[in-house]
Amino acid sequence: MAHDKHFTNQEFKVVGTRVPRPDGVDKVTGRARYGADAFAPGQLVGAILRSPHAHAKIRKIDASKAEKLKGVKAVVTSADLPDLTNGRRDMLDILENCMARGRALYDGHAVAAVAAIDAETARKALKLIKVDYEVLPHVTDVDEAMKPGAPIVQPWVRTAGVDPAPTKASNVSQISTFGHGDVEAGFAEAHVIVERSYKTEQTHQGYIEPHACLASVNPDGTGELWVTTQGHFVFRNVCASLLGMEVAKLKVTSSEIGGGFGGKTHVWIEPVALALSRKANRPVKLVMTRDEVFRATGPTCSTSVDVKIGATRDGIITAATATLRYQDGAFPAIWGMLGAMTSFACYDLKNVKSVGYDVLVNRPKVAAYRAPSAPMAAFGVESTIDQLAAEIGMDPVEFRIKNAAKEGTRASYGPTYGPIGIGPTLQAAKNHPHMKAPLGRNQGRGMACGFWFNFGGQTCVDLNIGVDGTVNLTVGTVDVGGSRASMALIAAEELGIPYERVRCNVADTVSLGHNDMTEGSRGTFSSGMATVFAARNAIEVLRERAARTWDIDVSKVEWQDGKAVAMGSEHSNLSSLSIEELAAASPNTGGPIAGHNEVVADGAGVSFATHICDVEVDPETGKTRVIRYTVIQDAGKAIHPDYVEGQFQGGAAQGIGWALNEEYVYGDDGRLQNPGFLDYRIPVCSDLPFIDTQILEIPNPNHPYGVRGVGETSIVPPLAAIANAVSNAVGVRMTHIPMSPPRILKAIKAHRAESEAAA
Amino acid sequence: MSGILVATTVNGDAVEFVCQPRETLLEVLRNRLGLTGAKEGCGTGDCGACSVTVDGALVCSCLVLGAEVEGRAVDTVEGLAEGDQLHPLQSQFIKHAALQCGICTPGFLVAAKALLDRNPDPSEEEIRYALAGNLCRCTGYDKIVRAVDAAAKDLRKQGRKA
Repeated sequence: MAHDKHFTNQEFKVVGTRVPRPDGVDKVTGRARYGADAFAPGQLVGAILRSPHAHAKIRKIDASKAEKLKGVKAVVTSADLPDLTNGRRDMLDILENCMARGRALYDGHAVAAVAAIDAETARKALKLIKVDYEVLPHVTDVDEAMKPGAPIVQPWVRTAGVDPAPTKASNVSQISTFGHGDVEAGFAEAHVIVERSYKTEQTHQGYIEPHACLASVNPDGTGELWVTTQGHFVFRNVCASLLGMEVAKLKVTSSEIGGGFGGKTHVWIEPVALALSRKANRPVKLVMTRDEVFRATGPTCSTSVDVKIGATRDGIITAATATLRYQDGAFPAIWGMLGAMTSFACYDLKNVKSVGYDVLVNRPKVAAYRAPSAPMAAFGVESTIDQLAAEIGMDPVEFRIKNAAKEGTRASYGPTYGPIGIGPTLQAAKNHPHMKAPLGRNQGRGMACGFWFNFGGQTCVDLNIGVDGTVNLTVGTVDVGGSRASMALIAAEELGIPYERVRCNVADTVSLGHNDMTEGSRGTFSSGMATVFAARNAIEVLRERAARTWDIDVSKVEWQDGKAVAMGSEHSNLSSLSIEELAAASPNTGGPIAGHNEVVADGAGVSFATHICDVEVDPETGKTRVIRYTVIQDAGKAIHPDYVEGQFQGGAAQGIGWALNEEYVYGDDGRLQNPGFLDYRIPVCSDLPFIDTQILEIPNPNHPYGVRGVGETSIVPPLAAIANAVSNAVGVRMTHIPMSPPRILKAIKAHRAESEAAA
Repeated sequence: MSGILVATTVNGDAVEFVCQPRETLLEVLRNRLGLTGAKEGCGTGDCGACSVTVDGALVCSCLVLGAEVEGRAVDTVEGLAEGDQLHPLQSQFIKHAALQCGICTPGFLVAAKALLDRNPDPSEEEIRYALAGNLCRCTGYDKIVRAVDAAAKDLRKQGRKA
């Protein structure tokens, strides 16, 4: 677990230490309360009826029998969720995804919901609802959906990004083009060109906690929502808007969250639970089953990608292009655009072009999944780079180092980079003992790079000092993986007090100003920034109180190591005042002492990683085992190294599952065939080795401590790193993710047949 | 609907409850006894988040009926600490940052205790296979394996059973 700090120029006292997290005891004793762990007086149990068809017109819903069943208190359909979106198509899409409006767009699309006195009654009631469907032709494959004559998923969609604007409906909702230079001229300069097509299958975030909420709406228009979410303030705004409630009257509390990875940035069941509660005038608890989670919540895209890269014999890339087709599910999104933006972000390219297609199919609405869209683009690009390096006869790390982006590089998606970490992560990979370790029979090594933008956004923090000098730090970004410890470390650092004297809590929506989601790796970056400023704001107050106590000018008071110190020889008789003393005196010196900060946290530093992976492939069965894995990533500044390592390891593990095994399997009927953890198998403990990490710290100049987001980049390189490793192990280029045993066997057999034919 | 009266022991305390014949032990623990430490991640025995022991045997409580624990001893994460002392597994999970979101943690702790009860000195491979029925999506298992190994060492040093 190497932690290389030599790039950092700041000295810290508590930041960077490995302290116990504040919510640790609650979480190891079973006391922590998650989405499904709340109870309210008189609560009902909700349940949702879902479409068994991939695409159907809903002619009629007859809920009369369900409504008459004893114990049923409310049945809702889209009629109970009228369109209040005022022409905002994006909001109407959210509403329609939560509850079908005259048409079912994918297997698992919600069509009706009930609230009853218990789960059994609710289940019985669902069976009594009669839905008259007219089944329509469907399409679930991204390439099929783009063909002329494919069933149209959204008749209102006209392809954006095309000139002149089309007049006919299409499953391509958007085409996005990025790049610069002249790629044709660049390819003409190349000595070697590699062109290849790749596919990745659809995967799910796979958080262990299903979506769950407890909604309570009163007849006076007030309401409460307890929910597992990555952003309760955004959920409040969206739910209030969809239900016609006033924002201030809907209190949303984020429960402890049992994993999100992007999947809990969207509302799915929450507007339905609120509608049920409003109709029944009782609290309603609504918890998804695992089957519902797989069928109806945010998987990531399946993709089809073409990459072409050319280089000179001495290893300089002269041109690169990518065409990226991303399947967004049944509603328009920007995932293809993000794929096109991220595809070549690691490299300094003179001539580059990437074109992203956002494509609609009859599958669930795609949600963000950790660095959304970047892993699939990196799979195509990093696989092609490896092949190009091999053709030129250059070491793949050296080839990447030669072409890596650096400070001043114009990124393929537009901006010019400041100080960045791609070069240092590659150098660290080159020097890592892992690169030099010997490999055995049937084993192969691969490496790959990854990029993610990171995000800042709206943030708001309160810092209140108690009468004993202890500190309540109140943040509004949901803690998805230990960020409360990081926030408390930052407050302790600024105030010059021990970590144990700070208690960090996540506020509900009535206790703090708006905070954007915990997404885009922004939690520690943005709330950390606001915490620094809030603490400095509180220190101003502390200095003023000390100045008042001493009756000297505030400019003569400095804050040092948790104490106010009077400066200048004329004040040498004044002994310092500690935070405890100032807090105890606060009732008589001006009242409570607090600091606040509201900020749009701009300047999230881009993040890069390089991964190294060794695999062993059984040539008889095609089963791949990851035998060694190393993550090297730039954190800017690791506030709590344990949880930075945890993000590196977790992203790598998700990538390993994606690369080797996880995939949505749809039947010809358009129905998902593996909506459970038995058939959609995520990596288990015995599947993985220890995942080694190396934290680099190339400070982000836009953050007071140099922090960059760390949560997402770690899932970007694994698909490519593992594909490169497997390809090296079996001697066949793998172009289809996941590289499940049948796919590997098929590739080996096809290669053998080709070689024999050639011989 | 007619309920079944069940007398059992939960975390050492005598407990009686009435449940429906089709109700699972997990539903009973969470909805009737207020013990929400065991979580439902799948309801099909694939994720291990609902792990408890019944007469010392590790089970997925979503696959056991409530009525089946008549006369048995059920142990859950809520009973792991002794008085005001955390169990070494609990302490080491915190110390090693072996949890991120924490939803799988109760199941891992119960499963790890069941392992150490029968094997106080497990190898890395034995830890990995013993915990293979518990899914964690956040950590990649690295710090979990290290925490269990450290707790096993603590227990051996103290000369006590898990």
